[in-house]
Amino acid sequence: MCLGIPGQIIEVKEGGQFGVASILGVKREVNLSCVYTPDQPEAAVIGSWALIHVGFAMSLIDEDEAQRTLEILKEIGELQEEMDAIAQSGSRA
Amino acid sequence: MKYVDEFRDPALARKVLKKLHEVVADIPRAKERPLQIMEVCGGHTHSIFRYGLEGLLPKGIEMVHGPGCPVCVLPMGRVDDCITIAEQPDVIFTTFGDAMRVPGSKKSLQQASAEGCDVRMVYSPMDALAIARENPHKRVVFFGLGFETTMPSTALTVMQAKREGLNNFYLFCNHITIIPTMKAILDEPGMSIDGFLGPGHVSMVIGKQPYNFIASHYNRPLVVAGFEPLDILQSLLMVVEQLRDGRAEVENQYARIVPEQGNLHAMAAVNEVFEVREHFEWRGLGSIAESGVKIRQGFEQFDAERAFSVATLQVEDPKSCQCGEVLKGALKPWDCTAFGEDCTPETPVGALMVSTEGACSAYYSYGKIDVHQAG
Amino acid sequence: MSKHTLKAATITMAHGAGGKAMRDLIDDVFVGTFDNEHLNGLEDQARFDLAALQQQGTKLAFTTDSYVVDPIEFPGGNIGTLAVNGTVNDLAVSGAMPKYLSCGMILEEGMPVEQLRRIVTSMKQAADEAGVMIVTGDTKVVPKGKGDKCFINTTGIGVIPDGVNISAKRCQTGDKIIVNGFIGDHGAAILNARGDLALDVELKTDCQPLHGLVQAMLAVCPDIHAVRDASRGGVATVLCEFAESSQVSIRLDDEAVPIREEVRGVCEILGLEALYFANEGKLVAAVPAESADSVLSAMRAHPAGKDAAIIGEVAEGKAGRVVVKTFFGGERIMDMLVGEQLPRIC
Repeated sequence: MCLGIPGQIIEVKEGGQFGVASILGVKREVNLSCVYTPDQPEAAVIGSWALIHVGFAMSLIDEDEAQRTLEILKEIGELQEEMDAIAQSGSRA
Repeated sequence: MKYVDEFRDPALARKVLKKLHEVVADIPRAKERPLQIMEVCGGHTHSIFRYGLEGLLPKGIEMVHGPGCPVCVLPMGRVDDCITIAEQPDVIFTTFGDAMRVPGSKKSLQQASAEGCDVRMVYSPMDALAIARENPHKRVVFFGLGFETTMPSTALTVMQAKREGLNNFYLFCNHITIIPTMKAILDEPGMSIDGFLGPGHVSMVIGKQPYNFIASHYNRPLVVAGFEPLDILQSLLMVVEQLRDGRAEVENQYARIVPEQGNLHAMAAVNEVFEVREHFEWRGLGSIAESGVKIRQGFEQFDAERAFSVATLQVEDPKSCQCGEVLKGALKPWDCTAFGEDCTPETPVGALMVSTEGACSAYYSYGKIDVHQAG
Repeated sequence: MSKHTLKAATITMAHGAGGKAMRDLIDDVFVGTFDNEHLNGLEDQARFDLAALQQQGTKLAFTTDSYVVDPIEFPGGNIGTLAVNGTVNDLAVSGAMPKYLSCGMILEEGMPVEQLRRIVTSMKQAADEAGVMIVTGDTKVVPKGKGDKCFINTTGIGVIPDGVNISAKRCQTGDKIIVNGFIGDHGAAILNARGDLALDVELKTDCQPLHGLVQAMLAVCPDIHAVRDASRGGVATVLCEFAESSQVSIRLDDEAVPIREEVRGVCEILGLEALYFANEGKLVAAVPAESADSVLSAMRAHPAGKDAAIIGEVAEGKAGRVVVKTFFGGERIMDMLVGEQLPRIC
């Protein structure tokens, strides 16, 4: 249901409610209300990645969590390779 | 990291798939009847077809394509209301592109536009607000549809309209909520779904907790899932591992986007502008209690339902259409008597043929003949 | 060159009424700009020496197309560039050398004359680059609101050299499918130029003539089976037409299709598929497998084909079907669109 795509916040506009996100080189004004309050320093969001949905930054992407997910995926892959190797040597023996 | 291509790595996907095959092979009951896993969200349905995932899955998994396509489940009466509003001479009717082709009982918004109504597609509700600012002598109506993911954006837009004192902007609110609908599906007699892929983008707003009843009360696993191919494969793996181990838990595969508690700012905006409706009508599923929201007092001046006093007549789904059965997993799209005959993407009869996210449309366009023959 | 000068700043109904205002418009803007021996005679028709055409080939290619793009000016071109190259390319993909074009214009009352001059100048430049002459034309003016600034129809004539037989019906199992560069630039640029989606991206139309490229391809492989320009409906639609006309199955390799990052960005944001985006300087060819590499090299050596790539092949399978191999081994069917692609949020 809800098409969303990661974009990098590259600008916070005056007042802090709006900004600009860059999505694969395409820039679009986005509403930042869900991820940023004007009392925060701009640095809190500039350079951050957010999930963009219908012109709204809906969630800041957690880089550590993204890394963790990828690591789990890689572990599954490596484990799978080992299993395959064992199965291979087993069938040869 | 750009958070897209990393989750589309083909080599890694092959390994995860292999593991998925092994885990399913370890579940004896999957040999008697495939494990039915419902992807609730139409975004997942789209990814599954877009990347051709279904053909790669073990035979012991059967994907059931859920109700999470807001365009598909929009009842005809509501589309008729849109047309009635759009036909007012002083109205600019704005909508997401998705809704343009959805048939009402007489016509679609696209047809209304062809007949002279001022219907404009926008990418964001904020763009509709900009049209209202630029056209002070027109009434500008935004057709708000979608699940919890989209609600904060329309709520914040209405709040912005109030701040600016705009008196020519209206929201026609058709937002729906996913939890009561999942409950309705789980309460169906003979419900045979073994596990769920939870809607990732709804969850980034509402968090993980609202799904707990699915595990605790219905004893079914649910994994909140992302939308890239690796996200979907990993989530499926997490669901079948739970099934293999006899667990039923709510897990979060999409933690990079979905915080445990959701987005409190977004929920606050939703609660400020909207309140729960007693009932909302769904195409194919009928009326479901508390499954939609409407505009609260305090924002009623922006409510198109009041400003245009729409009637919302109940329009029966066509008799030949079996969308409800397909949505519940009881019937495969190609088993419906209308599929591919009366009901095609050119001339959709049922809801699920309307949007590219609808299960029937996806099968028809992306895999019709092979699937048909296999079935 | 022109005898009469147009002084008006805007097009009015008078410019289509057959009197002096129309004479001034035609003389100054059209004849003055297009400027060639066929047009300058101001007869009601252009006249050609048949013998001269016959020396260049054995078949005449004849095609027509109308141009109604909105907006009429966009990054990298305008409706005039499109009206010349579009029709040149419809000739080019038959293997023909394009020779002559007609130009029928329907102008909306109120169009700025400066804008019309820009468009006509672009047509002349595009025609010169493509080596064709605009030899006959017609202008009508419609009342305000009955048109949209400017519609153009161009008809083209070209000559097909002896022995060339390119047809969408000739695709054969084993043929390689080649595209001459990045796809979807034009569609994405127009979507962006309309402005109603409020995106900001640097994208230009890919509008360019293709007959030079087709001739370079034919030079290394005279037996190219099928070529079509991937305009409306995009590469996807051409492949569906190939599969249908030749009654073959085509396998497309999703990963091999050249798409710019910015076009991908537009697609990801709006939920669209670049394979269905219009192009104005892209062709899709089915080439015998044994010649595919030499054709590809010849294309890459030509400016209009430097990013050419093999994107699929004609394979065993159900006739009339296009199957996309997704990047990790999945498959999906690719069909023609029902209508236009609409941006979506879900």
